[in-house]
Amino acid sequence: MKPSFDILIVGIGGQGTVLASNVLGEACILEHRSVRSAETHGMAQRGGSVESHIRIDGKFGSLIAPGTADLLIAFDLLEALRYRHYLPAGGRLVVNRHLVVPTSVYQQGLAVPDEESILAALSDLDVTCIDAAGLAEEAGSVLSQNIVMLGAASGDIPLRPETLEEAVRRCVPPKTVEINTKAFRLGRAAGKQGAPAP
Amino acid sequence: MAVRYLLGNEGIAHACLEANIDFASGYPGTPSSEVIDVLRVQKERSFTVEWSTNEKVAFENALAAAWCGLRALCTMKHVGLNVAADPLMTSAYTGVTGGFVVLSADDPFAHSSQNEQDTRRYAHFAKLPCLDPASVQEAHDMMRDAFALSEEFGLPVIFRPTTRICHSKGDVDVGEVGTDHRTAVFRGNPKQYVVIPAHTRVLHKALNEKQPALKKRLVELGYNRHTVRGKTAVIASGVAAAYVQEVLPDDVSLAVIGAYPIDEEWLRAFVDRHEKVLVIEELDPVVEEAVRQAATKTEVFGKMTGTVPFGGEFTPATVAAAMQEAGITPTVAFPAAAPVQGVPPRPPILCAGCMHRPTFYAMRKVFRDGIFPSDIGCYTLGLQLGAVDTTICMGASITIGSGIARSGEERPVVCTIGDSTFLHTGIPGLLNAVYNGADMLVVILDNRITAMTGHQPNPNTGVTAVGAESTPISLEAICRSCGASWVETVDPYDLPVLLDTFRRAKERKGVRVIIAKQPCVITARRSGVRRKPYAVDPERCTGCGVCRSFGCPAIAFSEKNATITELCAGCGVCADICPSGAIGKEGRR
Repeated sequence: MKPSFDILIVGIGGQGTVLASNVLGEACILEHRSVRSAETHGMAQRGGSVESHIRIDGKFGSLIAPGTADLLIAFDLLEALRYRHYLPAGGRLVVNRHLVVPTSVYQQGLAVPDEESILAALSDLDVTCIDAAGLAEEAGSVLSQNIVMLGAASGDIPLRPETLEEAVRRCVPPKTVEINTKAFRLGRAAGKQGAPAP
Repeated sequence: MAVRYLLGNEGIAHACLEANIDFASGYPGTPSSEVIDVLRVQKERSFTVEWSTNEKVAFENALAAAWCGLRALCTMKHVGLNVAADPLMTSAYTGVTGGFVVLSADDPFAHSSQNEQDTRRYAHFAKLPCLDPASVQEAHDMMRDAFALSEEFGLPVIFRPTTRICHSKGDVDVGEVGTDHRTAVFRGNPKQYVVIPAHTRVLHKALNEKQPALKKRLVELGYNRHTVRGKTAVIASGVAAAYVQEVLPDDVSLAVIGAYPIDEEWLRAFVDRHEKVLVIEELDPVVEEAVRQAATKTEVFGKMTGTVPFGGEFTPATVAAAMQEAGITPTVAFPAAAPVQGVPPRPPILCAGCMHRPTFYAMRKVFRDGIFPSDIGCYTLGLQLGAVDTTICMGASITIGSGIARSGEERPVVCTIGDSTFLHTGIPGLLNAVYNGADMLVVILDNRITAMTGHQPNPNTGVTAVGAESTPISLEAICRSCGASWVETVDPYDLPVLLDTFRRAKERKGVRVIIAKQPCVITARRSGVRRKPYAVDPERCTGCGVCRSFGCPAIAFSEKNATITELCAGCGVCADICPSGAIGKEGRR
């Protein structure tokens, strides 16, 4: 039996993956659970592809092996595609309906799949697609998209939602607690609806 | 005692506070930087902390503190230890009176490094103890105890966490911050601190004599430990030991090596009880060599049998595969999962509005046939703009450049180096280039801060590690006093002037310096600078693609025309580049 619940959060440097993983870690401390996580630092912060591994109840290393994640949270459609092999067949994906085209595409003239074809390529997974930007705006700041995504995934995370909310309050800047709490709740409601991919 | 969710480096820094640290110095380098970053932002500080100009400087400052009886820490990344290697080797001879811990963080897989060297080799070379934690909690516990170990043996202690320790987080049980600080007193003792040959021969003998007791002590402290469970064993070190424990069957013995040197007797006793032993460690076969020397009849698997990779970072799956290869069935079978092919890459790139981009653009435009040696920092990402021909180590852009120029290569040499890197080891290279008559252009990319590693201040920033104001040095004055024949400072956001400066530099001979000066776009934004974003006038855009070649992440491009995204930082350089004048400040068109 797998002892830990393994979550991979992926996105682009600057989108707040580390803050989202901090919320999960704080929530584990609040519930007296062990936790291990791994972050991307250094060079990958400059708009590169970034990943955070979080292992709730983890007791050994911080790395999740490909094909064994319990949940993938992607802040960008292309990054969902890049890291989908971390999920087993039929695995659970919560993804932001958002696609930042990498600069490499323009510079090197590479082909980039569009939103529809990415969603089609992910359709063998259990996918929930979220309009995080819209919900974040509704919460009061477009910068709260990472917390929207966490809220949207929270139904699949083995931590109590009230603990997660408390962890959000502890991790975000004091001035933004209200916005982020709202972002978490809006995300959670959207995630529960489980808007299926078209 | 409290349980907190901490980054490995935060746990390490907290342990230093618990150990009553008196002095900390370092030079930033991923993955080590957060240790000093945490120490320098402590609100109530009763210790000295500095960012030093390079690792040798940091090392010698901390060593001196330890000679004064203080508890001192010095931090760097593995390649930084090369810079500090000279004092490192001799500090083992002189020893210390206070506690001295040298943190050198290794980076298997070179996530953010130019090589994958193994700090444990330096420890062996210098005959110094090396602590090699397997988890974030152990990194904390070992660092807390390392100062006492240093004092017990009168030796510097090397502490070697890897990226997966430094940048992992976990629930860490931390203790109380210490309040018991010491007063520095230097007690002169030439026989210890003056390494003339007559003294050093005695000191070397004393260092050798410390080794047996040291090996025994590392076992007593529980850093090297084992459990016998069957006829087969796995021996692991560092974070690989955590991966092994995740997949180890109940009937396989385990030894965890958390410290060096390894007591040979203890190791032989363990190895001899097994028919087969697999050694799993990242990077060099340091443990494996010791195991092979200890083994009398046991079959040993490891790197030397091709069972375990020599380079790269391990994962639970790598470890499980090695066990399988050695005939040990791991408890977890990892699926073979390959990434989807053809997803366009998203490498890290220079930020939108980064001052390095226009500098590289102008440099390449004026010096079309130039040779471009570069250095270590954000600007190494200029590789993607065709502006970086060489990178080996800190400060090597000027020295490689002058070497190329003086070797008879006829194309112009234009090298690039950041402000922090120039102050680190660039100055001796510049002096040397002038002294020996190189013909080259040196471009100092002056963004006022050490950006790559997380925006640490340097002597050019005008503020110290703890936020105290300090006199910002003058790069111009340094370059002139080194003898550079022509030194010009330019704002890289002003493209016409930037191009003109490069053209004027091209007309001259000797060592010329351009200082391209503009604060890092991230620090500028943090300090409240807001520039109006730019926009493309779709009527005037011809879709020529000139702006696309500029490589700014805020510029998106379709077949018909360009658009500017919300990433725009308002540097305005693209407006100067656009041949049809289609780019302007938002709202003005």
